[in-house]
Amino acid sequence: MSKIQKIDRRDFVKLFGLASGGILLGCTATTVEKKFKPAIDQDYFAPNLFVHLEKNGNVTLIASRSEMGQGIRTSLASAIADELEADWQYVSVKQAIGHEKYGNQNTDGSRSVRTKLAPMRRMGAAAKRMLITAAAKKWNVAETACKAENHHIINKNTNEKIFFGDLVEAASQDEVPAEETIQLKKVEDFKFIGKTLKSVDLDDFTHGTATYGIDVRIPNMKFAAIARCPVTFGTVKSFKKDKAAKVAGVEAIYEMPRLIPPTGKFFGMLGGVAVIANNTWAAFQGKLALAIEWDKGENASFDTEAFKKTLTERVHKTGKLVPGSRGNVTTAFNAAEKTVAATYHVPFLVHAPMEVPNATAWFQGDKIEVWAPVQDPQTARSELAHFFEIPIEHIIVNVPFLGGGFGRKSKSDFVVEAVAISKKINAPVQVVWTREDDVQHSFYHATSAQYLKGGLDSSGKVTGWLQRVGFPSIVSSFKPLSDYASGFELGQGFINNPYDLENFRLESVKAEANLRIGWLRSVVHIHSGFGINSFVDELAFAAQKDPVQFRLELIGKDRILTGKSEFPFNSKRFKNVLTATAKMANWGVKPTKNHGFGVAIHYSFYSYVATIVEVSVVDKKVKVENIWTTIDCGLALNKDNIKNQLEGAAIFGMSLALYGKISTKNGAVEQHNFFDYQMTRMKDAPKIHIHIVDAMKEPPTGVGEPGVPVMAPAICNAIFNATGERVRSLPLADLGMV
Amino acid sequence: MKTTLSINGKPYAVQVPKDMPLLWTIRDIVGLTGTKFGCGVSQCGACSVLIDGNLTKSCGIPVAAAVGKEIFTIEGSSENLEFLRQAWNDGNVPQCGYCQSGQLIAATSLLDATANPTDKEIDNVMSANICRCGTYTRIKKAIHKAVALKNETV
Repeated sequence: MSKIQKIDRRDFVKLFGLASGGILLGCTATTVEKKFKPAIDQDYFAPNLFVHLEKNGNVTLIASRSEMGQGIRTSLASAIADELEADWQYVSVKQAIGHEKYGNQNTDGSRSVRTKLAPMRRMGAAAKRMLITAAAKKWNVAETACKAENHHIINKNTNEKIFFGDLVEAASQDEVPAEETIQLKKVEDFKFIGKTLKSVDLDDFTHGTATYGIDVRIPNMKFAAIARCPVTFGTVKSFKKDKAAKVAGVEAIYEMPRLIPPTGKFFGMLGGVAVIANNTWAAFQGKLALAIEWDKGENASFDTEAFKKTLTERVHKTGKLVPGSRGNVTTAFNAAEKTVAATYHVPFLVHAPMEVPNATAWFQGDKIEVWAPVQDPQTARSELAHFFEIPIEHIIVNVPFLGGGFGRKSKSDFVVEAVAISKKINAPVQVVWTREDDVQHSFYHATSAQYLKGGLDSSGKVTGWLQRVGFPSIVSSFKPLSDYASGFELGQGFINNPYDLENFRLESVKAEANLRIGWLRSVVHIHSGFGINSFVDELAFAAQKDPVQFRLELIGKDRILTGKSEFPFNSKRFKNVLTATAKMANWGVKPTKNHGFGVAIHYSFYSYVATIVEVSVVDKKVKVENIWTTIDCGLALNKDNIKNQLEGAAIFGMSLALYGKISTKNGAVEQHNFFDYQMTRMKDAPKIHIHIVDAMKEPPTGVGEPGVPVMAPAICNAIFNATGERVRSLPLADLGMV
Repeated sequence: MKTTLSINGKPYAVQVPKDMPLLWTIRDIVGLTGTKFGCGVSQCGACSVLIDGNLTKSCGIPVAAAVGKEIFTIEGSSENLEFLRQAWNDGNVPQCGYCQSGQLIAATSLLDATANPTDKEIDNVMSANICRCGTYTRIKKAIHKAVALKNETV
């Protein structure tokens, strides 16, 4: 982290559109965030975190991360407010535009709090020191005679107090205090951190006044819909537009070529036929009225059922050995008292955020302005600079609220589409995807097949573990012909298997991509969490041991795996979340008739999660009755927000376990909308019980994603407990169980 | 079709094809964007409005069907909606917030019809609305809370 610095007044307006005056502090958070870093214009130093104090007492945080429901605006503001001793009602958040001055803005990997907490706290503390210095001078007392409390500096001798705002002018003349003199509060003195804070955006959410991407309105803007080939990367052979052109409100129709990204970065756009109209509905109707003949291309024969068979055959044969394997599983299996083997499947999934992909763009010859609900505005900006050959400093990406993201909105294909159309029609335009577009043309969460084999000795101890896995790689979206899972993907729960296994072998099998592959909330952990937790349950059953006790033994002795990580894996914390959940769920009590309990644990995004699920199964139909989840995410910044995230993760995980499946026939996705890509609804929602481990002295770790990977395996293990039947292939709907 | 719509008690003159769904008339023509597009096929409830007090998916009915009737959207205000807003605040319900306009309108319609709904009655009405963030537990709790808030003030 760099030094905290004061931003020159002249730069206030230029950089931020903030009123000049007051104090603006900035610093640079430099953490390892190399993935998909924009390649352009990185060669000058600029602070990337900012806090602004004004004479009226207002404290504004410039939020560099996209808000998509994870509560990041509130969480980051609370850290500054706490150290500053601010009154929460003076605190607000301004959303940053996409610019490299804000550092890496890519909102994924559950890392925002992990990387930003310390610098946020230090800036709040620095600002507080400056206010104290100003007050001490005014009273002519030592700084130690002053303290900050509830937006005032208080003279401890006389109990006089001065409002923050009234000190801003004097404080702004001073230099930022030296780093070593900045003191942070003790954990026990936190006022906002670790407490329950309400979202800073609640009123806008409950009055319909929050502006999401799809709500952006620019004078004289047009609306556009795009017909894309049902088969990935297919192209337009010919099309008839007569009928579409007659739809009232349709103004223009043109063919859009596919934009292919350069190897290694960006997302490009699919291309198709664009219909431009003076309202969204006319654009949708015009699109439906098009008659298009497609050249379906090389993915036209892709059939997910056939691919599942292919992947299954591959995981049943020897694959490529993954580095990090250890011991000798063959010897272990030969010597084992018993061996167990099973094969698991996860289908393709789609994010389906409630707000469909959309973007508003205005191409103005020598500059571009965009308003788009993107998780990664900088990549969007770099991508636009690349495709439209406009200097990056002439491109502005404004980030409104995101109506959900879940990974879909870190791909900026829809932004490229909007700019391409705006350029063509020489007017501002909003591209809106229909729900069908969203379901049928996404960057999908990959399908997977896994084969697991384990050996048990006579005491029921696991002596060997073989796992073969195949899933189309995310890398295929950046580099064609990437037919094996990449190292970073296998690092999500596979190679870093948390169990104490002497003989461990991981193999990777070929899995080519015939759809665009992307990341979805918790990413590859969905596969590793499902495969490993399901299989451990099978091993426990074979060993005739209690599934919780069996896992505790398998995690093994207390140990800390340091490696290169700044967040070392601590087996004690992993066992602790499991024990805590078992206690909360009253584990060990015999389930009532038709009911069953299932457990799953998973370590992801440096957080430890354990979940126990209670299901009932009547006439083969599964109902999830209760979910108990414990998380250890280190310092819990905003407890109620964490609770909300985990409740949401439970529902998200349920949706994918019960219903989630994208299938293709002849290369085309078979699902359309929420009637055939279903979601958990309120009537199906279980009682959810969340426990957050008190680990306030540990650094904060991920929250948005770690609650997801445990859900599907815990549900399936509970079904086994209730019925004796194993579910090894998701979703349950395919088996007629919902 | 040239006509006037009454939304939240205010008249809005519009000129639109009569089969344009009410949703798009409200959003793109009238310019009130609090009512959301989620699916376009009456499956998710994000576009919920009240028409003469009846809960309606505005993506699923033509604008012509709403002429001469009173349309109520999230930009409006009613006694039950205000108690619900308060309860939504107290319970810190929203995550991304996108579906919450529709959730609040559906909950308003529920309380307009049923003063003190049971869990089952809440499920019946609110299951027409999808929340991808999964805030169902909080929504249900907030509806009970709104009833309690209302009872306290009576």
